[in-house]
Amino acid sequence: MENTTKITAACVIENGKVYVNSKLDFTAEGSASSLDFLKAAYTHYQLNYPKFYKMDSLCKLAMVASELLMRTNRINEKYASEDIALIIANGASSLEIDTEHQVSIADEANFFPSPAVFVYTLPNILIGEIAIRNKIKGENTFFIFDTFDEDFIHSYTDSLMNNDKAKCVIAGWVDFYEDKYRAFLYTVERTNEGEAHTTTNINKLIDNKLNFERN
Amino acid sequence: MEALIEQLKQEIIEQLNLDGLKTEDINPDTPLFGEGLGLDSIDALELIVLLDKNYGLKILNPADGKKIFQSVRSMAEFISENKK
Amino acid sequence: MSQKIYVTGIGIISAIGDNVEQTLDSLTRGKTGIGELELIDTIHKTRIKVGEVKHTNEELIKRVGLPADTKITRTSLLGMIAAKEAMVWAGIKDTNDFRTGIVSATSVGGMAITENNFNDYLNVEKTGDFLDYILTHDCGDSTEVMAKYLHIKDYVSTISTACSSSANSIMLGARLIKNNMVDRVVVGGSDSLSKFTINGFMTLMILDKEQCKPFDKDRKGLNLGEGAGFIVLESERAAAGKEILCELTGYGNSNDAYHQTASSPTGDGAFLAIEKALRLSGLKPKDIDYINAHGTGTEVNDLSEGTAIHRIFGDAVPMISSTKAFTGHTLGACGGIEAVLSVLAIKYNLVFPSLNFTNQMNELKFRPSTVLETEHPINHVLSNSFGFGGNSSALIFSRH
Repeated sequence: MENTTKITAACVIENGKVYVNSKLDFTAEGSASSLDFLKAAYTHYQLNYPKFYKMDSLCKLAMVASELLMRTNRINEKYASEDIALIIANGASSLEIDTEHQVSIADEANFFPSPAVFVYTLPNILIGEIAIRNKIKGENTFFIFDTFDEDFIHSYTDSLMNNDKAKCVIAGWVDFYEDKYRAFLYTVERTNEGEAHTTTNINKLIDNKLNFERN
Repeated sequence: MEALIEQLKQEIIEQLNLDGLKTEDINPDTPLFGEGLGLDSIDALELIVLLDKNYGLKILNPADGKKIFQSVRSMAEFISENKK
Repeated sequence: MSQKIYVTGIGIISAIGDNVEQTLDSLTRGKTGIGELELIDTIHKTRIKVGEVKHTNEELIKRVGLPADTKITRTSLLGMIAAKEAMVWAGIKDTNDFRTGIVSATSVGGMAITENNFNDYLNVEKTGDFLDYILTHDCGDSTEVMAKYLHIKDYVSTISTACSSSANSIMLGARLIKNNMVDRVVVGGSDSLSKFTINGFMTLMILDKEQCKPFDKDRKGLNLGEGAGFIVLESERAAAGKEILCELTGYGNSNDAYHQTASSPTGDGAFLAIEKALRLSGLKPKDIDYINAHGTGTEVNDLSEGTAIHRIFGDAVPMISSTKAFTGHTLGACGGIEAVLSVLAIKYNLVFPSLNFTNQMNELKFRPSTVLETEHPINHVLSNSFGFGGNSSALIFSRH
């Protein structure tokens, strides 16, 4: 079957920098912490979504990355909600917020576990947050890998597209643990525009080296 | 009562992570849920934790919370009436 | 690429039995596994009922034949027991005969041990062999431990999508076979009880102090449970000559896109997942003989799921029950455990009762089955699993 799936947009966030379609779009390198950086990005991009503040750091990271992706490529205007799939992975799962929950139940003298914290102690909640914000109801799954498995995710994505399980896929990696974070999300569609959906190109976009501009 | 309302506003902002909101932004009589502040079911549970943690008041049935958490003022009144 | 996916093995351990035989016995005798929490020391001990596997970790370690001082999590142990049973049932003696994979799912991972060692981990002065447990915390570790124990190396992966996790493992397993990446795969999940989840669910106020009542008007919440359930899926070629338990004919996944933990009043996620599963199977709603519901017993889930069921089936709802009043809600393992129960329903033409049901919900037109049904042919079973984060999955098993 001819593979006409294309990578049509990407957002990469790491080291205090936000890249959209491989171009540096925002930087707040002077941020005191990762959380400050994410809040700075939220303000800079005028995300205008108060629920952001209630989220844990992992979901905040997912929100910024997905918001920029959706602004760059308005896929929810192009496709029905159930035709957009989300395939995301990370290495640390929800360990960052798990620790916070654990601390809150370890102290017998100050025992006030927080429901808002507990709600985030699953990595796939970040998919839920992206879905809620953008009204996406297609297939969605979350994998835990040591490092991003581009062969597997590429294969899974193509399989969904080729078997008509999705008309558009948002795929990538969102990881946050102990003040270290990295996120890359990209859209895959069947279209004439965009770069070929191959593992080589996935690796390129991760390094912000994929050329999205067609001459 | 007014002092309690002000204190409560600050505590709500902190407990619910309502960054970017200041106490001046919260009207004591505006509905907390639905329109108004637009809080959701998890926020309601957090308010239950707040009452326990800061005022020693336990709510065992989340359904009881509906009336108590109508507004900041109704919360303050509940605390005044029941605080030990 | 339409290849049949055969189920050739099942394995299970939960509050209602250590294996398939004991499980079937409990189900047919209406004997619930929900009761007091005995093995975990928590302040909430007397405030909840749970579906606990009544074996200590030491007993489980002995059962899998490992040295007594092995540093291993309860999640891994439960998974090893169930996955091994499934492989034995499927007659898999040498994993090198065919490309063999494992996809496991968990939400807790090694948390039950981590939480007990937490303060010691933070104390850098303290040393001891307890530190070996640190590496067992990750969700992926339990899968790797299982893979090593079962000698599976061709494909090893972990899914973590809350309560739909192991249903998603099963979906992925089927796709791996259809895409010719493996010939057979052990799929399902495992989760153990922990203070982490007990405390977390307490703050969400969705636990029932007594035994849960799925789909009942006066339901108060869920009972947490633990256990593991695995099935073996094989391609037609790999399964040649074997007893086929049933086929996996349909599956679907979607996102409810409503709230982090509560499902939508209109049951959108559930509706879409069931619809996809039916479409893939080529079946019509009227072909479904039994629905093994997600049916946690919470106010929100049962209404959401019930609404979705009416949207699919209209008023002609087939026999339906939730087996969570037997096992408890086993979180990441429930899709796998309930897949095993769905396979048993087909194999023995049974519909298991929905325990503790008395009064029909006002919003729904159906009542779950309250007795063990033995007189109806059960050819197609729909199994639902809906997780936090809006992740909604549906599986359809069919008689071969």
